Amino acid sequence: MADNVKPKVRVPKTASAGEVITLKTLISHPMESGQRKDGDGNLIPRSIINRFTCDFNEQNVIDVTMEPAISTNPYFEFEAIVPETGAFTFTWYDDDGSVYTEVQEITVG
Amino acid sequence: MTTTKLLKTAGLVAVLAYASSASAQDDSQLVINGEIEMITEVATQDYIGGLKTAYSGWRFRNSDMQAMQLDDFENPAAIAVDEGLASWSKVDGSEGKSCASCHEDLEASMAGVRAVYPKWNEEAGAVMTLASQINNCRTEQMGAEAWKYDGTEMTGMEAVISLQSRGMPVNVAVDGPAHDAWLKGEEIYYTRYGQLELSCANCHEDNADNYIRADHLSQGQINGFPAFRLKTGGLVQVQNRFKGCIRDTRAETFKPGSEEFVALELYVASRGNGLSVEAPSVRP
Amino acid sequence: MKFTRRETMLMALGATAATMLPGRAMADVDEKVAEFTGGAEIGEGGLTLTAPEIAENGNTVPIEVSAPGAVSIMVLATGNPTPGAAVFNFGPLAGAQSASTRIRLAKTQNVMAVAKMADGSFVQVSQEVKVTIGGCGG
Repeated sequence: MADNVKPKVRVPKTASAGEVITLKTLISHPMESGQRKDGDGNLIPRSIINRFTCDFNEQNVIDVTMEPAISTNPYFEFEAIVPETGAFTFTWYDDDGSVYTEVQEITVG
Repeated sequence: MTTTKLLKTAGLVAVLAYASSASAQDDSQLVINGEIEMITEVATQDYIGGLKTAYSGWRFRNSDMQAMQLDDFENPAAIAVDEGLASWSKVDGSEGKSCASCHEDLEASMAGVRAVYPKWNEEAGAVMTLASQINNCRTEQMGAEAWKYDGTEMTGMEAVISLQSRGMPVNVAVDGPAHDAWLKGEEIYYTRYGQLELSCANCHEDNADNYIRADHLSQGQINGFPAFRLKTGGLVQVQNRFKGCIRDTRAETFKPGSEEFVALELYVASRGNGLSVEAPSVRP
Repeated sequence: MKFTRRETMLMALGATAATMLPGRAMADVDEKVAEFTGGAEIGEGGLTLTAPEIAENGNTVPIEVSAPGAVSIMVLATGNPTPGAAVFNFGPLAGAQSASTRIRLAKTQNVMAVAKMADGSFVQVSQEVKVTIGGCGG
């Protein structure tokens, strides 16, 4: 697992039923492209996060296939419909098999 | 020597090539998170001879890069700031202390600190930078090892401390006991270094707002440091940036933490007295 | 103008490299597109790609894609050694068929987006992003 991988998400605390809200996510990860060489001229093997998903109460919002052209510390911004009170689950899948998850609750009032 | 002469000519041509087509830096307003209004343009003090108005480096960036600094979540330094916050309360060293052990409330104890550094330290009998003060706390108060002067632990901590002064005007003292160091910094600023024989002033005073090849030259203000550089994908310590600049003149550079760079940091900071503390900023 | 033998050979090498490299990258792009569309015809319209005209650094270039009613949108950095950037698949709770991210561009190139619409049709759009390589390494 890449060192110090930390997800960050921004989700509003509340919304009205059916409201469309903006979500922002950021995760610390080098996203080693597999194109770079180290000091000795050896190719550094690819090591990236290859998939990101966001679900709300087990219904999918977005499912992203990620490839090496995504920058270091991947950032996503997208919109979601909030039908009811519940929780957003954000999941990142690393090439090395690690899975990073963040859950944020939102109240519909 | 022919080579030197050639290089010099090439450098000059590059600087001058765009001089006529240079666009003035824009007049955008920097408001962070929709609430912190930043001063990105201010009249300089009388003691700054060659510069009438100080502009934050933010004003020289294109709109896409400027936008990255408008919201803390979009500022890629966010991750480094989180790491800095974690190390603020992390116990280290023989005394069993963390920063938070002495400076309980981060916000209250560090508000305004970044704005006045580098500053004279009576006990040390020298001008100290924020970085040297942090290391002094580590070695003297915590019994911990000093961090690498321009390493990631240091830039993370500098960013966290700087954030508590964000929006406050830079206000470093240039007189009193710090005056000698300030004078030395001014001298370094105007000294030509390296094979290219360039001083700080050649690019950042004489040619600020012109282009050096594809780079839009700023005034080299340091109110945004430590700055997140897209080039390196991490926070860059201000003296590490100085080192990069001087190295680019093809000179042997001073070391981060050296007396020379401390003096230079004080002087360059004073060129931006009155600009808001903007760290951690986003730069190319 | 006269060239030495060495210079001539270097030029020949350069010319070969110039024709071969983009060729390989373009083949990758074609392959990616074919994989995404299954070889279907690609139209235009209804898909927006927002990217800077000039990126001051290729490491972190902000882009946004939007295609109301799309099922998924693929983004390619056509001039990169591996052109794949991302495929955004929109679920039932997507508030809009749009997304922003940051990509890296190895050089000045066209960024391309292809959207699969709900009716199974495809549209594409591309935009050139100039990547400046700064002289001030720091």
